[in-house]
Amino acid sequence: MSIANPHLKFASQAVAKPYFVFALILFLGQVLFGLIMGLQYVVGDFLFPVIPFNVARMVHTNLLIVWLLFGFMGAAYYLVPEEADRELHSPKLAILLFWVFAAAGVLTILGYLLVPYAGLARLTHNELLPTMGREFLEQPTITKLGIVVVCLGFLYNIGMTLLKGRKTTVSMVMMTGLIGLAVFFLFSFYNPGNLARDKFYWWWVVHLWVEGVWELIMGSMLAFVLIKITGVDREVVEKWLYVIIAMALITGIIGTGHHFFWIGAPEVWLWVGSIFSALEPLPFLAMVMFAFSMVKNRRREHPNRAATLWAKGTTVTAFFGAGVWGFLHTLAPVNYYTHGTQLTAAHGHLAFYGAYAMIVMTLISYAMPRLRGLGEAADERSQTLEVWGFWLMTLSMVMITLLLTAAGVVQVLLQRWAEDGSALPFMSTTEQLRGLFWARLVSGVGFLAGLVCYLLSFRQRARAALRAPARVVPS
Amino acid sequence: MWLFILAELTVFALLILAFSVTQQLKPQLFGQSRQLLDTSTGLAMTLSLLSAGLLAALAQVQVRQGQSRRAAWLLLAAMLVACVYVGIKLGEYRHLLGAGLGIEHNTFFTLYWILTGFHFLHVLLGLLILAWLALTAWRHGYGPERCSGFESGVLYWHMVDLVWVLLFPLVYLIG
Repeated sequence: MSIANPHLKFASQAVAKPYFVFALILFLGQVLFGLIMGLQYVVGDFLFPVIPFNVARMVHTNLLIVWLLFGFMGAAYYLVPEEADRELHSPKLAILLFWVFAAAGVLTILGYLLVPYAGLARLTHNELLPTMGREFLEQPTITKLGIVVVCLGFLYNIGMTLLKGRKTTVSMVMMTGLIGLAVFFLFSFYNPGNLARDKFYWWWVVHLWVEGVWELIMGSMLAFVLIKITGVDREVVEKWLYVIIAMALITGIIGTGHHFFWIGAPEVWLWVGSIFSALEPLPFLAMVMFAFSMVKNRRREHPNRAATLWAKGTTVTAFFGAGVWGFLHTLAPVNYYTHGTQLTAAHGHLAFYGAYAMIVMTLISYAMPRLRGLGEAADERSQTLEVWGFWLMTLSMVMITLLLTAAGVVQVLLQRWAEDGSALPFMSTTEQLRGLFWARLVSGVGFLAGLVCYLLSFRQRARAALRAPARVVPS
Repeated sequence: MWLFILAELTVFALLILAFSVTQQLKPQLFGQSRQLLDTSTGLAMTLSLLSAGLLAALAQVQVRQGQSRRAAWLLLAAMLVACVYVGIKLGEYRHLLGAGLGIEHNTFFTLYWILTGFHFLHVLLGLLILAWLALTAWRHGYGPERCSGFESGVLYWHMVDLVWVLLFPLVYLIG
């Protein structure tokens, strides 16, 4: 056993580290597969038949989900003991579950890459309980069962820590979000033969995750980091958190209706979906106001300026990506034309990056220097590199989003808006978008450069980091 | 609570806007469909909600004067009065469903059900909140110095009232 880390309040928080490290490795993989696909958009047979587009897409999206789950779990293992003011119930279980989840994740991705999908379904006996073949939920049934086991063990561990310790709003909100995440995942096992019904419940996993319970997880992680880096009173933070959660749930749960527009569900969803989801930007706007007002009213100058930047950045990017870009095509009359176009891809990219990738990096940025025994913050050089990583990744993602938005608008005009007869077929439309897709690929390379900067910022090995206590801001 | 109420009112504002715009686009359909609604109970429903609001406000005065038991009785009266609304509304819904005028009947009824149904759910939530306030007041959980929770709950009920006052003429009368 190594020497206890003096920068951690509780030794068991250290189990978060492998989760964060593995999350970032998977993130790198996700970006590489994104680049492969970006190239396949313009050079159609690139890497064919070794990695066909559909496989690359599946790996890209599945890696995203899995690395975010690793990030959330790492965040919970770091945050909950500190909030509960006691050691984690079982650090050994947390490490065991890490290896189970990591092995299952790697095997599944290798399965996607090495075996044709239908073969993977046969190999894993999908026929016994068919759950495969649906977007984002492509995992073999056995992997899904593994995820359930890992989630149960994880919730037990976190739940016991909470029950025995101090119960704060931050940790309770986190726990509610994580329980919701586990409960809604169960709908991935429900796979009705009727396509309309299948889609209806499929969204209960996909939408109620990202526009429901994940917002609770994001809110609590943001609140935790803001309490730590600004020193603002917990009561103030908690009031904000209540407002954010109430808004997220009011708009997010009924807002599921915006996915029921054209799938065979009753017409009433056109109204319900449009009206309620039109308000989904509100919780994200509240998060922006929350983060900026907390930083403005800070009681201390935290040496980790990178973490502060991430905390502010995630709220702004999430507001634009999830809020504004979501609103762009959420009203049924607009969505009639934009459904499933590049506009959806634009929204998906900025929303996932802004809300979830960035909140995980916010927490990693705050926690990693402590987990690595460096102190409250990494050295100046590493932080500068991290800030470079932040701006390169964020600006590249903004460019990707703007280019995909332009592609989406052109696509709608050529393929959907045009009068019958003059509308272009899909492939001819795609041909018109080549310039935009090339530019998107260049932005993707910029994103990779940002990610490399970010990863290089972890190179600092010296333990002679900032040891000086945080300065108090003169009033 | 003010922010929460603002968020709720924004939802209702959007619903009301959607109803008004669609009414402008389809005046004939809305005019004909509105004939199928029974307006005779409107006054009773409005009075029921507003009286409940008055009783809740009186209860708040009692809490401020340290008379929490009296406040609890007043809230109980408010809930009973509000139940008149619930009863009439349920009767109306049953009648409409019996006549085949469900949520899928036409655009007017789609919006009618969404708007009034969403409000109805708020009334039910409001009743639960009033019940909670009454119970806490009965146990002397509030006093002149600590009545902000009570005020927030009563405020929510007033919002439910306010929305109905806007909703009723819009859906049942104007047009």
